[in-house]
Amino acid sequence: MRHTSRAAGANRAGLSRGRTRAGLAAAVATLTLGAVTACGGGTGTASGAHGSFSPVAQTGGALTVWVDSTRLAAAKLYQQENPQVKMNIVTYDGDANGSNYLQTKVSLFNRTGNGWPDVVFSSQNNETSWAVQDGFTAPLNKGLIPQSTLDQWATGANAPCTVDGTLYCLRNDLSQTVLWYNAPLMKQWGYQVPTTWEQYEALGKQVAAQHPGYLVGDAGDTFTPEVFMWAGKCGANQITGPKAVTVNTTSANCTRMASLLDTLIADKTVSTSSVFSADFDKNDASRILMLPGPSWYGGALFQGTFKTPAKTVAVAPMPQWSADSTPSVGNVGGGTWLLSAHSANLKAATAFLTWVTTADDYQGKLAPGYPAYAPAAKTWLAAQAGSGYYANDITTPLQNAAGQVWSGWGYGQFSQEAIWASTVTPGVTAGKTIVSLLPAWQTAIGNYARSDGYQVSQ
Amino acid sequence: MSTVANTVGSERAARRRLRPVRAGHGFVAAYVVLLIAFGVVPTVYAIYFAFTNAGNTFSGLSNFTDAADDFRFLPAVEHVGLYLVFWLASLVVFVVGLALLLHRLAARGVSRALRFLYYVPGALAGAASVMVWLFMLDPTVSPVGFLLRALGFSTFNDVVAPGNLPVLFTLMAFWTGAGGWIVVMYGALNNIPTEVLEAARIDGANAWQTARRIQIPLLRKWIVYMVILAFAGGTQLFVEPQLLSQASVGVAGRDYSLNQLSYDFAFQTNNVNAAAAISVELLLVGLIVATVFVARSGFFDAD
Repeated sequence: MRHTSRAAGANRAGLSRGRTRAGLAAAVATLTLGAVTACGGGTGTASGAHGSFSPVAQTGGALTVWVDSTRLAAAKLYQQENPQVKMNIVTYDGDANGSNYLQTKVSLFNRTGNGWPDVVFSSQNNETSWAVQDGFTAPLNKGLIPQSTLDQWATGANAPCTVDGTLYCLRNDLSQTVLWYNAPLMKQWGYQVPTTWEQYEALGKQVAAQHPGYLVGDAGDTFTPEVFMWAGKCGANQITGPKAVTVNTTSANCTRMASLLDTLIADKTVSTSSVFSADFDKNDASRILMLPGPSWYGGALFQGTFKTPAKTVAVAPMPQWSADSTPSVGNVGGGTWLLSAHSANLKAATAFLTWVTTADDYQGKLAPGYPAYAPAAKTWLAAQAGSGYYANDITTPLQNAAGQVWSGWGYGQFSQEAIWASTVTPGVTAGKTIVSLLPAWQTAIGNYARSDGYQVSQ
Repeated sequence: MSTVANTVGSERAARRRLRPVRAGHGFVAAYVVLLIAFGVVPTVYAIYFAFTNAGNTFSGLSNFTDAADDFRFLPAVEHVGLYLVFWLASLVVFVVGLALLLHRLAARGVSRALRFLYYVPGALAGAASVMVWLFMLDPTVSPVGFLLRALGFSTFNDVVAPGNLPVLFTLMAFWTGAGGWIVVMYGALNNIPTEVLEAARIDGANAWQTARRIQIPLLRKWIVYMVILAFAGGTQLFVEPQLLSQASVGVAGRDYSLNQLSYDFAFQTNNVNAAAAISVELLLVGLIVATVFVARSGFFDAD
């Protein structure tokens, strides 16, 4: 029975073999068609919003706001205070660590011609480097927000938002770096808070010998270069023009900071895990003696993530090299708010944008980071001091640091954080020194800058 | 078939013969519509993009040279090549091995439970199953953390060191994708007539000889089919490195594969044309490999 049917089948296949072969060959060809990613739609040219800005028809409708999880509280508070505004609040990763989510989405929206959010928060300061060119951001100082309001931002705070004198975003917070430390522990062990990097390094070695397991810093994050290299005036990211960058990672400023980190990493007083990793939270968070880092470490990291008890954490100015007379600090993100040039709801969008960057209710009382808007910063500092959480007066060191961010580190389109993470971090994990990785870091920055169309010089 | 002389009878027979043909056309038509919408049209579109510039004028091979000149291109080719070696080897060896094992267990009832188990991971959507692996690979939170620590990995960054990536991606891909193939191979094994296997047993063939001389040769076409599809899928490696790059905040997996590079071109440098050039290259490589395998294996020859 089976034999006969198999024979018949073979015969049938034999008769139509030619046709089947052609048909199946076509089918096999199509199996591999999936290899083609469906990147379709439109042309690559994006018309810039340079010079003239003509709003689209103001049809109103719900106000779409994109925020990261930290800024969700701001959007929710605004909705609560203004129930008449119809809001559509969307949370996304905030472009953290240079994920480029916003740019990817805007580039898709530009192709489909709709879908843009009205107001977006980004944790990156370099969004204008592509968003202006892509025509996504609306100019803010050309009638939307009064100059008298804009004048109250901290000096230089909106520099990353300014392109050819036009303001394309608003800075949310300043992220000047300071030295966080555990005040009771420093006192108990009889240590002086270091004011120079030389003292810092010496104290690190002392801690390694006397209290192994305790940390004086962390070098495992994507923003490690912004804490140490930026503060140390390492010229890895000197943006000299709209599409020009000077990169020199092997200068004396870079190598001495790198070798300081290498010494302390070898001593295990500087951790190579990210402060946000499960590993750090479990093993290291309770053993922090000192931690150089941005202003938002206090609220977001110590209070929020590590749940460090009150009256423990204190702030000191960032250490400086003893031979250097002009103090400098780094900066980690700080975040910007962008207003869509495609918004059909400019009035409501501008109202929200102004509120979220300036309102005392949010920036002064609720925001985890140091507000870029100076009047709100005053309220914020007073609230921080009044909360009784910190072990010393954090106002003076934070205010001073706000004006000391080294201006030689710019805001390019390529993400310095992503480049450090993929170039230096794996090497450090594998046991290489940062000093030995500096040339590779330089090459990588140059490569990524060039692929974004930058002129790279040394 | 009986000989029916009258015309009515033959007409009816002709109609009866037509019916399955019509149903077949119906099924194929539905497939063809989807194929055109999601296969042919995007392909033609990509080819158009690959040979034009941003101003929609013909630009020869400049998009291909642009893509190849990028500093990430050659490393990505190496990464994908290495990954394919690991992925295809593990797929062929373990899928065939496990299917043969399943087939031997058929009589004992365990087979059904195992088949279900193999298939379950594949039922999770691709990205979700990769997320599961991201937890598995972090020694601090992994349920098999002790195993990772025993291998000398104490942090997530140790685990995702560049040298480990091909193996990690193979693990993820195998776990999510192999179950379906095991079930397919099992089905193919069931098509081998029991008489043949019985004859072999009577002749004194043991399990290994049966597998080596009868089952694997009869599975050859299925294995070729699997390799063609797995090769095309493997060259498109994207979800695993992309998610890993986000989970490791950029430490591992960024710019790892060709598809990621194509994605970067399209969305970060706004160069859809170079992105299309890379996808056309992937298509060509897939087609060439499929052609070679089909031609060398006698894929379409009848038994």
